[in-house]
Amino acid sequence: MDLATILQVLDTTVRLATPLLFACLAGLFSERAGIVDIGLEGKMLAAAFLSAAIAAVTGSVWIGLSAGIVGALSMSAIHGLASITFRGNQLISGVAINFLAQGLTVVIAQSWFNQGGRTPALAGGARFHSITLPGAEALREVPVLGPIYYELISGHSILVYVALLCVPLSWWVLQRTRFGLRLRAVGENPAAVDTAGVSVERLRYAAVMICGVLTGFAGAYLATGLQAGFVRDMTAGRGYIALAALIFAKWRPWAALWATLLFGFLQALSLRPDVLEGVLRIDVSSQLLDALPYILTVVILAGFVGRAIPPRAGGEPYVKER
Amino acid sequence: MTLTTKLFSAAAGIALSAGAALAEPAIIYDLGGKFDKSFNESAFNGASRWAEETGESFAEVELQSEAQREQALRRFAEQGLNPIVTTGFSFASVLEQVAPDYPDTTFMIVDSVVDQPNVRSVVFDEHTGSYLVGVMAAMASESHTVGFVGGMDIPLIRKFACGYAQGVKATDPEAEVLANMVGTTPAAWADPVRGSELAQAQISQGADVIFAAAGASGIGVLQTVADEGVMGIGVDSNQNYLHPDNMLTSMVKRVDNSVYDAFSAGESLEPGVVTMGISDEGVGAAIDEYNEGRVTDEMRTALDEARAGIEDGSIEVHDYASDETCDAISF
Repeated sequence: MDLATILQVLDTTVRLATPLLFACLAGLFSERAGIVDIGLEGKMLAAAFLSAAIAAVTGSVWIGLSAGIVGALSMSAIHGLASITFRGNQLISGVAINFLAQGLTVVIAQSWFNQGGRTPALAGGARFHSITLPGAEALREVPVLGPIYYELISGHSILVYVALLCVPLSWWVLQRTRFGLRLRAVGENPAAVDTAGVSVERLRYAAVMICGVLTGFAGAYLATGLQAGFVRDMTAGRGYIALAALIFAKWRPWAALWATLLFGFLQALSLRPDVLEGVLRIDVSSQLLDALPYILTVVILAGFVGRAIPPRAGGEPYVKER
Repeated sequence: MTLTTKLFSAAAGIALSAGAALAEPAIIYDLGGKFDKSFNESAFNGASRWAEETGESFAEVELQSEAQREQALRRFAEQGLNPIVTTGFSFASVLEQVAPDYPDTTFMIVDSVVDQPNVRSVVFDEHTGSYLVGVMAAMASESHTVGFVGGMDIPLIRKFACGYAQGVKATDPEAEVLANMVGTTPAAWADPVRGSELAQAQISQGADVIFAAAGASGIGVLQTVADEGVMGIGVDSNQNYLHPDNMLTSMVKRVDNSVYDAFSAGESLEPGVVTMGISDEGVGAAIDEYNEGRVTDEMRTALDEARAGIEDGSIEVHDYASDETCDAISF
């Protein structure tokens, strides 16, 4: 196996990990504030559809991205309304969002474009194209480091770099700002936050909205970055894998990066059975690799490799003392 | 007679008279939806062609969930619609149970065989059609490496892959065929992102022609093919128009012809198993205004030879579905 092959697999890893990373950070903000969000999948799907649809109509991927974020935000608003204001069951609200997005996207796509629940193929300015980082061409000839910089680090769509920047940003917001402290506190002990005179509802709504923005990016990246248009159910379970990654990362931003990269790497490997066979000299079934993220998550949950302790007030609506 | 029974008999009377007036054909589309740019859309095209030519109408329904399969079949049968066409192998088990209850109605199923006296089963020789596009792929490839991306890993899709690989190997024994499946669950039909990455992986292994038989995931495959500037082969419907600059051909399955024939036959539709293959143009390689520039004269000659060879039996294309083995490719 040569450097080029390794770089190709890693390149695929980065592309496949990016939507997971966005969704994982989205879930992180929501769950750290005590709102369990199983509806990541639905929000991504809504964002994927709206971003592709609006980009197709306007011809501008940036307007499409904004529309996608608005779509995911409105889904978040429903989730917030049901689980924060009306104190409903967060799991049920999340599942409902998944169903809603699954049906609504196809119905609207069909009535707008008449292409069987798809959006027209995007071209030109309606898509995110890969960008070449400064100096990549010049450094390309440098041995080892040149190809790594050119192939692996440069040449992705801008949303990939946005996702990577979101990791330190999330860490800073959660660990170094007053807002972040309160947000974490609201997920652990909302009564204490309330006693301090800070609105629990407002904080939780803020968290759910941040979640909406990030899933908006995730969906838009799928439909306008990786693909050139929306296809029904195109998220294909990535929202659930992101949830698994969130547990694997024990609800921490940096760990979320490594977890999603690991899961992306496993997905990338399952696409290249020849590489695996060449390295391990045994035939590993790609189904096993697809299942590994879930198996790893179960192992972590079972407490074999350190314990994953979720935010203590997660999943519980906050009822103010009367 | 109480009011309720009066109402019931009146309703029954209306239903019966409606049934007698409505001896029109019906079609039920599978979950992919009637505008899937592929299989179901082809069936829809056949039905609308019949409606346009005869000026008559037909009943249709698009399934939204697995549970509606039996419901839709029974409702159409009770309305007296005849014949009733179902598209897709998923109808097989339901039809097996429903067909005996309506002996006067003729049903038709595409892509599967249901052994009932009032069912017409239409199957296609996908392996020979795939053989033809395999021949073209081998001739178009400069790197002697071609790819195949399948949807869900089921025998039907392996039948495509096996025929394709045989066509490639027969034309260029040195050529390598890379084959990958998107997945093992129905989600594999609708994961264009994974389809794209598989195409990307095959291109990085040297493939310069890729055959996508993967439903909506194939849209991702063909998109990557176009972005990377190599050549793609579409499936079921003629997909050449999707990327006019990068499509070598499409392996078309004339589901529309089978539906058209069934509707034209009307109530006198013959039951039994019908195989549509190369000789009746049930399968073939599409050549139209989008790809004719890429199809060389040698390719046309080779295609004609292969077609003639398959028809007279001098070329034998192994059918994966017959014994679930394939010498030309390993899965």
